[in-house]
Amino acid sequence: METPEQIKLRLEAALPTAKIEILANECAAGERSLLVDAASGFAVAKFLRDDAQLKLDYCSNVTGVDWPDKELTEKIKVKQVVDGVEKEVEEVKKTLRPGLLEVVYHLYSMELKHGPVVLRMRTGNRAEQTHLPSLTPVWRGAEFQEREIFDLYGVIFDGHPDLRRILMWDEFVGFPMRRDYIEPDDFEYEPTPHDEVLDAAKKHYPVEAKAEVKPEVKA
Amino acid sequence: MIEEGLKNELQKQGVYVTSLQELYNWGRANSVWPLTFGLACCAIEMMAASMSRFDLARFGAEVFRPSPRQADLMIVAGTVTKKMAPLVVRLYNQMPEPKYVIAMGACAISGGPFKQGYNVLKGIDRYLPVDVAIPGCPPRPEALIHAIMTLQEKIRNQKLTGPDRPRHLNAEIEGEYPVPAYGKHDLEPPNNPDLWQPPAIQR
Amino acid sequence: MNAFAAMPPKSFEVKPKLDESGASIGELLEISMGPHHPSTHGVFRMDVVLDGEKVVKLKPVCGYLHRNHEKIGENISYLASMPYTDRLDYFCSMTNNWAYALTIEKLAGLAVPERAEYIRVIMAELTRLQNHTSLIGFFVHDMGALGTPLMYAFREREKILDLFEEVSGARMMCNYMRFGGVRVDVNDEWLARTKQLVANYSKFLDEFETFLNQNEILLARTQGVSPLTKEQAVNASLTGPLLRAAGVNYDVRKVDKYGIYGRFDFKVPLGEHGDLYDRYMMRVLEMRESIKILNQALRDIPAGPVMDPKAKLRGFRPKPGEVYGRIESPKGELGFYIISDGGPNPYRYRVRPPSFINITILEDMCLGHRVADVIVILGSVDIVLGEVDR
Repeated sequence: METPEQIKLRLEAALPTAKIEILANECAAGERSLLVDAASGFAVAKFLRDDAQLKLDYCSNVTGVDWPDKELTEKIKVKQVVDGVEKEVEEVKKTLRPGLLEVVYHLYSMELKHGPVVLRMRTGNRAEQTHLPSLTPVWRGAEFQEREIFDLYGVIFDGHPDLRRILMWDEFVGFPMRRDYIEPDDFEYEPTPHDEVLDAAKKHYPVEAKAEVKPEVKA
Repeated sequence: MIEEGLKNELQKQGVYVTSLQELYNWGRANSVWPLTFGLACCAIEMMAASMSRFDLARFGAEVFRPSPRQADLMIVAGTVTKKMAPLVVRLYNQMPEPKYVIAMGACAISGGPFKQGYNVLKGIDRYLPVDVAIPGCPPRPEALIHAIMTLQEKIRNQKLTGPDRPRHLNAEIEGEYPVPAYGKHDLEPPNNPDLWQPPAIQR
Repeated sequence: MNAFAAMPPKSFEVKPKLDESGASIGELLEISMGPHHPSTHGVFRMDVVLDGEKVVKLKPVCGYLHRNHEKIGENISYLASMPYTDRLDYFCSMTNNWAYALTIEKLAGLAVPERAEYIRVIMAELTRLQNHTSLIGFFVHDMGALGTPLMYAFREREKILDLFEEVSGARMMCNYMRFGGVRVDVNDEWLARTKQLVANYSKFLDEFETFLNQNEILLARTQGVSPLTKEQAVNASLTGPLLRAAGVNYDVRKVDKYGIYGRFDFKVPLGEHGDLYDRYMMRVLEMRESIKILNQALRDIPAGPVMDPKAKLRGFRPKPGEVYGRIESPKGELGFYIISDGGPNPYRYRVRPPSFINITILEDMCLGHRVADVIVILGSVDIVLGEVDR
């Protein structure tokens, strides 16, 4: 099987407009993934499926991942004038990494029995730019999994034959698997709550009457 | 009532005496027909209870009817999700009186291991009156048999007349419960207030 | 073989009524084979549009058992997710546990002792035996043999569940595998009893096959029904016996050789047409291969520890990264995709469910067949709703 670098070279040769990046994976046994931009995702998928050396005809797994907005803090050294003397002072710099949704495809080959090649596509942001090309015309097996990602994360797949909710009921509003989804409040009866459940259950506890304050008797 | 000595004497002659209440309850208790309502893993233990090793047919509950119109007992076996809850209540409404509900497994009693979830109903007793609850995840088939026996005890002890007579002999009590509707994030209403009040716990 | 019963008689074909121009007369009937149904294997719904008895359109609806397993996985620690994996495919809890343990061992780079690997193989193959036996019982039950083969199947299944209960404490939700081994060791008496069970299992399978393989009703109802081509099966990401019935030689045990499967000598049975009879025979033949693997494993199991003594179970924090691990469960390829950010809980915990993906082409498989065949086709796909909906 080719390494991700070789696949990237051949992809860039075949599809010049594609923007492909190889993402590192800190886990040694895991596979490094190819990050593809949304516009050329479909063409890349077709190339990977039909290429004679790769023949990735089996799309094993389609996963959605939610990366919410994250505030990154960095300590950087800045030259500042303190008490008339120029010194290097540590300053905390905060940057906001915008959030996005991501779809990860694990591809194997049943004919050549190799794999996996991990393909990733990212949306623009989590609010309105949530469109990605659907790879269902390339691999039929992705149909239900993409529907599930639409249902639970809110990624809209362009070109999907039948995009509607699959696991939640049709009148449901919202995308439950996102990290900022707030669950409905049915914590009235929690016999042994702890951590976040305790906080949610406390709202339903009956309001206790204020205990009488007995005056201290000084001996 | 007739005392035991006289009863035994009469039995030796082949004459059996009983009261209408005992006879009526004996007939009902020993032929409880369950509805095939397995939702999740507990359904497999329910099936195992009806198979040859833990035979449930000995207790009269052999015939599992698929149609609610022909069943007396609904064994809610497995997690009730919010998507499934209106259908459970609708099926219960379709069953003719007298009808009983066994909540089998931790999920049907209170949501079980999947309690903290956006789609799991925390116990079917929020919408239906539960007669017997079986704890376990999943409860062993022997536990299900114990529950059926408990239900049979309950049926045998029901009085036919008087203010505490069962629901099917009391025309004033409604046997049908309102079916919840799908809301935006939860079912509407989230529970049936006439049926379920959160128990007050001393902390 | 009885040649007379080989193919269904032609006079049984159902043709729709057509008028002179070739358009069909009458209305289409839309029914919902709803979540509460005697033979949909759980709370699964199919919206079927029928023309007489022939299926014109079929849309599966699932989600009635969606228990947000993946969301719970993000909020609890790695080890605490292990009992939840039992409840995914509730027939085969040992293989679910193994898939998850394998994935985390890949993520954290943990090694598994020899004896634990052998025990894992023994448990997985026993699970495969009881799963396929029960499945054949349900399959034939759906066809009309109400209950009797199922009783035979469950009788054997109870014997295997006794073994599981002895070693792990529970009949079905075993929660037995850990990251880096198994929870407790098996003793020699248990191994002796397992050998006895495997020896008797071949005789039980002979009895089962005598009743079912040549049965006229089974042959008439399964041969030629819903054939699948290789290209259709591969493109629809089918895995497991369904894929191999279509003729594609892809068994994760032979491709990835996870665990110690490379040491065992077993064949991968393949079908020809992909129809229901091939799928049924796949399960029968796979059970025979499982018995072969079990005999080899029980013969070669070494002594030793079953868990690395230095393995850290509490406070388990693997390094950041992502990994995809997969095994061949009795239903197909079960995979886990874990993204770790270095904390005690996974960042993203995803289950690749074989049953969910195997019903992608349920519509294609059922088009043109009678509504009675739909039930049998669904039975042959072998879905478990705990896995479809998670």
